[in-house]
Amino acid sequence: MPWLSTLMGVSVLGALGVTLVRNDKLAKQFTLVVSLIVLALTVAMAVQFSPNGDKFQFAETHDWIPAFGVHYGVAVDGIALVLILLSVILVPIVVLASWHDAEAGKRSVRTYFSLLLVLEAMMIGVFAATDVFLFYVFFEAMLIPMYFMIGSYGGAQRSYAAVKFLLYSLFGGLLMLVAVIALYSIAGKGTFMFSDLVGTIQDVTTQKWLFLGFFIAFAIKAPLWPFHTWLPDAAAQAPAGAAVLLVGVLDKVGTYGMLRFCLELFPDAAKFFTPLVIVLSVIGIVYGAIVAIGQTDMKRLIAYTSVSHFGFIALGVFAMTTSAGSGATLYMVNHGFSTGALFLIVGFLVYRRGSHFIADYGGVQKVAPILAGTFLVAGLSSLSLPGLSTFVSEFMVLTGTYQRYVVPAVIATVGVILAAIYILWMYQRTMNGPTAESVKSLPDLNAREKWVVAPLVALLLVFGFYPKPLLDVINPAVKDTLSSVSVTDPKPAVPVAQEGQ
Amino acid sequence: MNGTIQAPSIEYALLAPVLVVFGAAIVGVLVEAFAPRYLRSAIHLPLTLLSLAGAFALAVWQAVKGVPTKPAAMGAVAVDGPALFIWGTILILAFVSVLLIKDEEHFVGSAAAVPGSAEEEQSLVERAAHTEVYPLVLFAVGGMLLFPAANDLLVAFVALEVMSLPLYLLCGLARRRRLLSQEAAVKYFLLGAFSSAFFLYGTALLYGFAGSVDLAKINQALGAVGGQDTLLYIGAAMLGVGLLFKIGAAPFQAWKPDVYQGAPTPITALMASGTLVAAFGALLRVFWVGLGGLDWDWRPVLYGVAILTMVVGAILAITQTDIKRMLAYSSIAHGGFLLIGVIATGQTQAENTSALSGLLFYLVAYGFTTVGAFAIVTMVRDPGGEAWHLSRWAGLGKRSPLLAGTFAFFLLAFAGIPLTSGFFGKYAIFQAAVANGAMPLVIIGVVASAIAAFFYVRVIVLMFFSDPAADGPSVVLPSRGTAAVVGIAALATVVLGVYPQPVLDLAHTAAQSLFVR
Repeated sequence: MPWLSTLMGVSVLGALGVTLVRNDKLAKQFTLVVSLIVLALTVAMAVQFSPNGDKFQFAETHDWIPAFGVHYGVAVDGIALVLILLSVILVPIVVLASWHDAEAGKRSVRTYFSLLLVLEAMMIGVFAATDVFLFYVFFEAMLIPMYFMIGSYGGAQRSYAAVKFLLYSLFGGLLMLVAVIALYSIAGKGTFMFSDLVGTIQDVTTQKWLFLGFFIAFAIKAPLWPFHTWLPDAAAQAPAGAAVLLVGVLDKVGTYGMLRFCLELFPDAAKFFTPLVIVLSVIGIVYGAIVAIGQTDMKRLIAYTSVSHFGFIALGVFAMTTSAGSGATLYMVNHGFSTGALFLIVGFLVYRRGSHFIADYGGVQKVAPILAGTFLVAGLSSLSLPGLSTFVSEFMVLTGTYQRYVVPAVIATVGVILAAIYILWMYQRTMNGPTAESVKSLPDLNAREKWVVAPLVALLLVFGFYPKPLLDVINPAVKDTLSSVSVTDPKPAVPVAQEGQ
Repeated sequence: MNGTIQAPSIEYALLAPVLVVFGAAIVGVLVEAFAPRYLRSAIHLPLTLLSLAGAFALAVWQAVKGVPTKPAAMGAVAVDGPALFIWGTILILAFVSVLLIKDEEHFVGSAAAVPGSAEEEQSLVERAAHTEVYPLVLFAVGGMLLFPAANDLLVAFVALEVMSLPLYLLCGLARRRRLLSQEAAVKYFLLGAFSSAFFLYGTALLYGFAGSVDLAKINQALGAVGGQDTLLYIGAAMLGVGLLFKIGAAPFQAWKPDVYQGAPTPITALMASGTLVAAFGALLRVFWVGLGGLDWDWRPVLYGVAILTMVVGAILAITQTDIKRMLAYSSIAHGGFLLIGVIATGQTQAENTSALSGLLFYLVAYGFTTVGAFAIVTMVRDPGGEAWHLSRWAGLGKRSPLLAGTFAFFLLAFAGIPLTSGFFGKYAIFQAAVANGAMPLVIIGVVASAIAAFFYVRVIVLMFFSDPAADGPSVVLPSRGTAAVVGIAALATVVLGVYPQPVLDLAHTAAQSLFVR
């Protein structure tokens, strides 16, 4: 069965279907059902994945544009599989969370949900693509639905944020296009299939140029310091649901791209640029955390915490040890859940009170204990409290990095401490203390909202205590990737918290 | 001298598509002369459409039957693969444009009446109409067909004039903003005449150099004739100026925004698609065939021109407030991208084929999208005519989502976003350029694309993210013709963006044998 095409097909058909439904409420229910079907299908696919089988599974390859050597090629390895799972889990949650988001602006509700499903298809496609050209097509095309979601349904400065988002990403993408074309021409294989292109570029200078073309695009997407300035604007202006997908999934395409394309296609260049990337990552970790502390707007604060977290992920990717690589991949998944939960709960707060600003809240815990409690759990996961899944991944990244780069690992640890400050201080100002006048009558989470938060909190807890199923899938894929970069873990290997206990 | 003049042999069958169009144009003139006023439109429209369709069918038949390997009409006209492909493209685009032109409300009732005068009132009352538009369009299309196929410079010059003269006239026929329209016509005429003079002077100098106006013979002379380099260089440069003017390449782009803005929008659509295709066809033939041996000399110049054109087009477009002027600058920028394809020649025939087929594909993709975009411009109206000012388009996405969505889609295609035809057009050209070592040009092209994306996106922001003005423009219910044009253009943009292979194959086949000599 062509699993991956089916997944995308269901989403796209669902998107078309939503536009045909005449009733807004029905459209929402329809979207939810479609996204749950996609989730069920993905789970059905995932259980058939054999971690120690072929590198790429569920592969489909068809000629798309033979004149350019372009294939419709999709398949998943462990890394892509967990990221696709992350995407399809987040989509129904976002649908449920966005139930009333699109109504505020008196804009078409159906369009919003239709865009959401189109985006879902593209998220699956971008992670599943095994053809570099197809990857590029999804990489660029997925900007458009997100652009409309931010621009049409976002906050007061939505169009500024949407345009900034689009132009930054587009510019990075166009640089990547040049590198993609050059890769094709220089490799001279007449095909864009990833597996055929690995190892074709031997010349180190060429590798460096091509690496930069890809890397800048991914660094803007992820975003790494100093390419991050679009993210706080976009995430703060986007409706909460779109912000979750933007930061939780779309940005992961950047770090995924580094791991998949930058490392495997250009191993020598990757090694050459590793010090630079590590410096950027460490700066991002500390800078993002410090700036986050100073934010007065909760959504911007979360966006800056993500800049810091993306620093960790990039650090893990480029540390090039199994532990750090697996940790980085796991981090991508966990960050999606934890930041997603934070954005959504803040979204619920903002929906109630109509303000993003920390100063407008205080003592919410007394009037809305469940909201405050889940906010605390999400926040603690963001600062990587042991017992929550993010701890496992952050720990793996740090120990993995330490094996090779001691000083960066030590500096990065500062980010963990700073994380405690920005999260707990935000929690203290909004949830504790005397209840502010304006939030006295704030209602607690309703049933729908509990259904949104519950799965996220459950996932954070479950993978905090038992990350093995994810790591079992991720580890072989990361090992394979690193072996094609021909690096081996340094010795003596530090014992790694494989089980996260 | 008692020799008899040999009657030239003319392959009428090969030239049939061009002859059909010219024949229909002459019949059209006769209709103007003899048919009663109330019947003229009813005769012109089917005549025009049928002749274009017939010419297209003949061109297809020609291509199926087998492409000739020698120039026709004593070496004057080359009906080769690229020419047939360009003919097909121009004929389809012209057919589509005529569907727009048939809404006669775009044209002035009496062009000779001074704007604002009693005669103008009179012509409005009488519901006068210039049905000459149809034969004029046919003459222009005939010229467009001949221009890229012309294998000698004199025929090329004649074709250039046959193509341009009717267009000068048509530019001045807008029903609204008439002074602007007349200004556009005069500007276009004066500058066009100037550029024609350059072309002709260049032809004369090259004749002085090579002793022939035949492109193949000029190319042979490049290696054989010595000591006449001044004539050659000045001649080639002047020829280049004449051709680049028609494309609207910088620094000869100044006419384009004025003319696109002033001309009746359906005519703008015809010029932006058909003329551009024809001019690129001719440019390719002159530089690749006639001056192919001189490429070491013209390549750096065109390199600079391409860069300048892309940058000027993209940057100046940002400051525009008139939708048609913006599309004109966008067309200039696209001209720059296309020039990359002209430069991207290599050592082997395969490399040249890939550059040429990329260029042909780009022309098709851009032509359709641009006609569609102008068709939509005709539909958004203020009380005083088309809502030309960009600010009037604010909030259109709320009022008529389908129209605004389609326009946004065309703009995304112009910007070259994947899954639209524009992306593959750009990709094809960039790839050919990279393969032939023009990497810096591609990088500049990419940067220009990013700049260009900014102003396309700005229009989308206006339409979708801004609130509509209370007295905003109304969207007229499109006539069946206009609706068909938008539909065809949107379909072409989608299909070429999702499954471009058939057209790429066609372009590749057409480009396979390159130009005949």
